[in-house]
Parts: sequence; structure tokens; C-alpha cells
Amino acid sequence: MKASSFAASDVQKIATLAHIPLTDDEAKALASGFRKVLQVVDELNDIDVSNIEPTHQVTGLENVFREDVIDTTRMFTQEQALKNAKRIVDGFIVVDQILEK
Amino acid sequence: MKLNELTLTKTIKMLKSKQISHSELYSAVTQKIDKVNNSLNVYVALDNEAVLKTKNTLDLPLAGVPIAVKDNFLTVGLPTTASSKVLSGFHSPYESTVTKKIRDSGGVIIGKTNMDAWAHGSSTESSDFGPTKNPRNPEHLPGGSSGGSAAAIAANMAIGAIGSETAGSIRQPASWCGVVGMKPTYGRVSRAGVIAMASSTDSPGPIGKTVIDCAVLLNHIAGKDCYDATTSSLAVSDYTAYLSKGVKGMKVGICYVDHPKVKGTPAALAVLDAGKVFERLGATVDLISASDTLMANRILNPNYAIGVYTVVQRAEVSSNLARYDGIRIGRGRDFLATEAKRRIILGTFTLSQSFVEKYYVRAQKVRSLIIQNFHNLFGTYDILIAPTSAGYAQRLGSSADNPLFGEIEDMLLEASSIAGLTGINVPCMRDPKTNLFLGLDIMADQWQEEKILQAAYAYEQATEWNEWVANESE
Repeated sequence: MKASSFAASDVQKIATLAHIPLTDDEAKALASGFRKVLQVVDELNDIDVSNIEPTHQVTGLENVFREDVIDTTRMFTQEQALKNAKRIVDGFIVVDQILEK
Repeated sequence: MKLNELTLTKTIKMLKSKQISHSELYSAVTQKIDKVNNSLNVYVALDNEAVLKTKNTLDLPLAGVPIAVKDNFLTVGLPTTASSKVLSGFHSPYESTVTKKIRDSGGVIIGKTNMDAWAHGSSTESSDFGPTKNPRNPEHLPGGSSGGSAAAIAANMAIGAIGSETAGSIRQPASWCGVVGMKPTYGRVSRAGVIAMASSTDSPGPIGKTVIDCAVLLNHIAGKDCYDATTSSLAVSDYTAYLSKGVKGMKVGICYVDHPKVKGTPAALAVLDAGKVFERLGATVDLISASDTLMANRILNPNYAIGVYTVVQRAEVSSNLARYDGIRIGRGRDFLATEAKRRIILGTFTLSQSFVEKYYVRAQKVRSLIIQNFHNLFGTYDILIAPTSAGYAQRLGSSADNPLFGEIEDMLLEASSIAGLTGINVPCMRDPKTNLFLGLDIMADQWQEEKILQAAYAYEQATEWNEWVANESE
């Protein structure tokens, strides 16, 4: 797969990995958008980045610790923890089967 | 003057001295909301019992003032959706640190404001609950993603507001709506309980009617939080203490006015005028040329910031939105709208094994160069000023089918955001024909909030663009 020739089928492949359902029309539209976006991103190739370290965070903080204590005021009851789930049975969250029998 | 038109600072003063009551204040604010919320679509949820929560707040610093909060802050008792249908009806079991701090200081959350869904955009047009219209001129966009919070202030539908910025999402809507909006240094204000967009740049911050209002709000939301390890333990100043110190002796650099898309525009001219104001107030002002052949300044070319931001933001989005699986909270991924799908898929691509070096790692290296360049600039300059946006608020519908609408609109803000700097928008021009505003962005190095507030306050006092300042000094 080449970024410059991004096709709808490539978009579908990535969408599957990201668990995003897409129609063929959506995949086609996204593919053409990606080609435009990556053209802009490709301008970064003008810049010499040899011997430059990447920046992943800007705070300069390292090894931030906190006391290893349980804050009971922030513990959820089972009811609170489950109240936003759509499918619940006997206090459990129901999920789709992902393994074949 | 109607009570909903008061600034936060004056409202607190009048409440505490009992010149006005909570019930008078809330009735003025809710009357305004009832009148215009249907047409402007500013709030996606309202607390109809907000006035009851003002009880026992008079002795607290925020004295029960009504605050509008962007809908990506988790709030107990009010739904939180980030303007996405995936989270329709979601009620958080816990409170964000920022809103808890507001409430503990005596502020009352009057409602949750509309935004681009998941904060993906700069128009508030990508909200799954319809666009917000710009109160200054409803044929135009409010900007975004904190468009609802900026509009709430512009329309006097709240006394103060909270937004969040990843790359422009506070300053750009503040500019388009003609209000003051401040992006604190990354790590100054806790992200705990804010629906994550790009974790390495997300910065909650205040949106208000005046600079002093933003300084007051920042006093109450800033600081170390044990629930967000990226918050700094540096002491929080009283941000109002520096306001009147002026800009005498400050070194000011003007950026971006010679960019091809900015040069000669009303935005460029307004910022050059602002430079003259700072000069008159005793600052030294230089023009920083982007066409400088030195690499150090050429990196200021916004195209590079757009590239870095696009890659880093999509990558972080793809990871952050992976948690929305419809199992524990919310609905399934088939409820994600186009923009979220677009960003997740592109982010997944740039992080994929064959492309991660080419896109993600390269972008993070260019990010290092941008940070290094700002470091060099702040060796010379106290503050940098620039247009917040290259133009006035765009018309409704402008963001449709443009996969880089937000990136282009925020091109002058992205570099400072990916470097984690602080910046503030203050109105610097009003077009009397359209009633739309331009904004001045004042930026400083990390942890220099005092400096930008000081400069913004001096500018606001020396000019006539802020109607609230003008009204209250009468």
C-alpha cells in the first residue's frame, strides 16, 4: 500500500483493524480525502530530522508517583459501574462472542 | 444594563455586596437562554435547577455565578456526550477535576455547551446535535471546537465559561465570537474527567468576557491533580495579581503576518496595529519574518505545524477513541459520525507498522524542532503576538467536505499547541458591517500565564474592542 495511491480497499482494511463499519461509498470518499491530507503531511519530508529525537510529551516530568492508597470516596458501587452499559445480566456486562466454538 | 451582561468579576462583587441577588441574576441569564438557545443551539443540556445550587455559595470566591461548561467535561447530574451520538444519554458516575474545582469554589454549572463531536473540528458544525450559530452574526460559524462555550459568552447566556483546547479550540472560537479565551500551558490544568482527544496537547481553560474574568477562572481551575500525572506541581499564582503591571520593557515579536494567506489581510493589519499599541505602552516590538532563510524561523511556517498536528492528533485520537466499544458505556462504533471515522482511520494508518516511522515518528521529530525554535525565540522575546485566525468567522456550511478545515483555520495556533505553550485571544477588531470580530493571539513560553494575562490586560485597557470593558467603565 502506498500513501499516494490510497484506495477504498486500503481504507476498508484499516477500518476493519479499527473496528469501524464503513459503506463502500464512505470508503471511497475517505480515500480521496486521505490522499489530500497526506500531501500536506508529506511537506514534512522537506525537513532534515537526522539526529533529532522525537518529542512525545512536553511537560519534562519523569516518573510521577502518588501514594499507594485506596481512595474509597472514588470507588464505584456495582450499580454505578454498570449503569451506562446497554446489556447487563445478573450484574455482568454481556459482550458478543469473539471465539468460535 | 441587564444582569446577564455583567462580567464575572462585577457579578461576584455585586452578589457579595448584596446589590443583586442570585434569583435576579439567574432569572436574567435563563431568560436570555430561553429566548435564543433554540435558534443559536449553544447549550446541549441545561440544569433547570441551577439557581437552587447557589445556596451557601456567597462566602465562596465564585459566589454562585453561572458557568457554562463544554460538553466534554464529565459532570455528575448533567449528561456528557462530547456532542457525539455515541454518548447520547451518558451520565458520568464521577466528576471532572475542573468542574469539581469550579463547584468547590462556589461556581454553578448552568449547562453543557455544544462542540464539534469529540472536539474534532474548528466550526462546531460537526456536532451530532446540529451546528451552533455565531451570536454576533447567526449566518456565520462560532468556530470550535469550544464553539458553544464561546457563543454562550458572546450572547451573554452565561457569566463565565470553560472550554478545552488541543490546537486552537479555545482561542479560535473566542476570536470568531469576539470574546476572551485562554489556553493554559499543557499540564497547568488537569485533564482528569475530560473526554480525551489528543492526550499530549489537550488543555482545559477559561473563556470569558474580559481578561480579568479569565484570570479569575484560571485561579480556580489550575494546579497539580493526582488524577492527571501530567499536571505540574509548580505553584499556582494569583493570576489577577500581575494584570496591571503593564508591558513597559517587554520584548514583543510579531509572527505570521507575512504568511501568504495572512499578508495584507485585515487580520494582519489588526495585529500590526496591536504591535503599535504595545510600542506606545512601552514595549519593544519586532517583526519576525517567516521567510527568514535561517532554519530556526523557517520552521515557523504553519504548513509544518499543520503536518505535525494532523499526524499526532489523528494517532492519539485513534488510540483514545478505541475505548468507545459500546460495551461499558455508550453505543456502538456504528454511531460514530464521518469526522471521527476519518480521524480514527487515518490515525490507525499512520501508526501502522509499515508507516509509523514515515509519519508518526517523523512528525514527532519535527515537533522537537518546533519546540526548539520557540525556545530560541523566547530567549529573545517575552511574548509573541499573531492573528488568532487568518480571518473573520466563516459562513455556516464552510466546513463541509473539507478534511482539513480545522487544520487550516487553526494553522496559526497549532505550533504553539504542539509545543505546549500558553496563549490568549483578545478581540482586536470589529467589522461594523458584519458585526464579526478578529482576534489577537498573545503567546508566551510554558508556565508564563502571568505574562500573557498582563499583556492582554494592557492591550484590552488601551483599546476599545471589548464592549464589556467599555460598558463597565462607564
